[in-house]
Amino acid sequence: MRISSGFYSIRQGLKNIRRNILFSLASIGTIVSCLFLFGVFYCVIVNFRTGMKDLENTVVISVFFKEDVTDQNINLIGEQIRLRDEVNTIYFKSADEAWEEYAKDRYGDRYEEAIASFAGDNPLKYSASYEITLKDLSKQADFVSYLKGLTGVRSVNTSEVTADGIAALNSVVGYASAGIIVILLLVSVFLISNTITIGISVRKEEIAIMKLIGATNFFVRAPFIVEGIVIGLVGSLIPLVLIYYLYDNVTKYVIGRFKVVSQLFAFVPSHDIFAVLIPASAIIGIGLGLIGSIITTRKHLKV
Amino acid sequence: MIEMNNVKVKYPGSKTYALSDVNINIEKGEFVFIVGASGSGKTTLIKLLLKEMDPTEGKVHVAGFDYAKLKRRNIPKVRRRIGVVFQNFRLLKDRTVYENVAFAQRVVETPGRYIRRQVPAMLTLVGLADKYKSYPKQLSGGEQQRVALARALVNKPEILLADEPTGNLDPKNSWEIMRLLEDVNKKGTTVVVVTHNKEIVNMMQKRVITLKKGEIISDEKKGGYIDED
Repeated sequence: MRISSGFYSIRQGLKNIRRNILFSLASIGTIVSCLFLFGVFYCVIVNFRTGMKDLENTVVISVFFKEDVTDQNINLIGEQIRLRDEVNTIYFKSADEAWEEYAKDRYGDRYEEAIASFAGDNPLKYSASYEITLKDLSKQADFVSYLKGLTGVRSVNTSEVTADGIAALNSVVGYASAGIIVILLLVSVFLISNTITIGISVRKEEIAIMKLIGATNFFVRAPFIVEGIVIGLVGSLIPLVLIYYLYDNVTKYVIGRFKVVSQLFAFVPSHDIFAVLIPASAIIGIGLGLIGSIITTRKHLKV
Repeated sequence: MIEMNNVKVKYPGSKTYALSDVNINIEKGEFVFIVGASGSGKTTLIKLLLKEMDPTEGKVHVAGFDYAKLKRRNIPKVRRRIGVVFQNFRLLKDRTVYENVAFAQRVVETPGRYIRRQVPAMLTLVGLADKYKSYPKQLSGGEQQRVALARALVNKPEILLADEPTGNLDPKNSWEIMRLLEDVNKKGTTVVVVTHNKEIVNMMQKRVITLKKGEIISDEKKGGYIDED
């Protein structure tokens, strides 16, 4: 196709949008709502997943040792655990640390007094442990079995319910949002296809003349494909702008209003969100326009 | 230039043939009238020539293309060698005279500099140079048909197909159009005119092919309109 013909197709595509302004706006509106929801879901999911990740890091597996195990053996057990792929972090908590932590928890500000009253005798002297967090909580059960099988391990403390709950919730949210987004995308393709079909029927006579004069299939279809792409692109840009302002304002509002939230949970910074959301939305928007217009022109515009 | 051998056309669901055993050979540079009553098969013939449909049987060759072997993607190539004029002009109402003629060149991807040169020349040829800014509804029937003729000719086709070109025109405008068609033919374009206009056919003394119920009943070198009544 010549460059001048390319410009002609672009002009005709834009004209189509103007001629069918109501239907074009309806299509743009659908893509806007679809990609707006997609964006909102994405923001929620990313924050949710990050929150879950943070929460996963707080789900700690504690490994305690038998009374007769030497420090050297404890180190060896630590090395073995560290080599496992599932391990995110591993921290050795000594018996003294465990006792101090317990004392702080139990006696508050007077914990130093309490410790002194035991005169160097640590009631938790067999409570040294490794505190382990996992990369993926769904693997906790298998990992715990492995830990229990290690020589010198007395017991393994876990929070099974929390781990299972988080893992299940994570996958439910993931599947549900993917399902909703797929349905919205299909609705968008259908509506773009409808808009293009209406555009084709409005220009039926012009298309018939073009074909009789000797226009190629591509030349006849190009303006409608341009129309689909422009609708998709505009439809993807509007929600990005909306979500950008919304995300910043909502996070600022929540952090400002509910101080406790900011202590429990850190929102993912907007530049991290938009680094993915901008290309994803643009690709989805243009893709929807392209798919909708190609399907329709192939169906209705045969030379 | 145009060759039809033993062409038969039967529409789905129809018991009779729309065209039956049609054999036509039109040489380069000929001027031919195709006449016949409604339902005689004239429209089907034009659709075949434009490759809008395929024959049920037989072979069609146009401008060196064997339609039986013509791939779908090559249909535009043959159509670019045929100019078409219709009874109802089929102009784009939202575009000016200039744009309507330029449209034919844009569609075949003619560079802009040629369009700017050839469209005014073509409008001068059909006597509408001063009306290039007008819209179709601002023109008379005769003027609209001249725009349609300019559009059909601007790509310099080898064949000009005119389907009832005078059907919506008064006698004066009809003759003007026919004179233009004759001029085009004198410059070497093969002209095929499908018409009902008895007076024009009889006066022009050109080759006349007469169709009746899908069959050629007469093919005369300098023929006249055969009244079926």
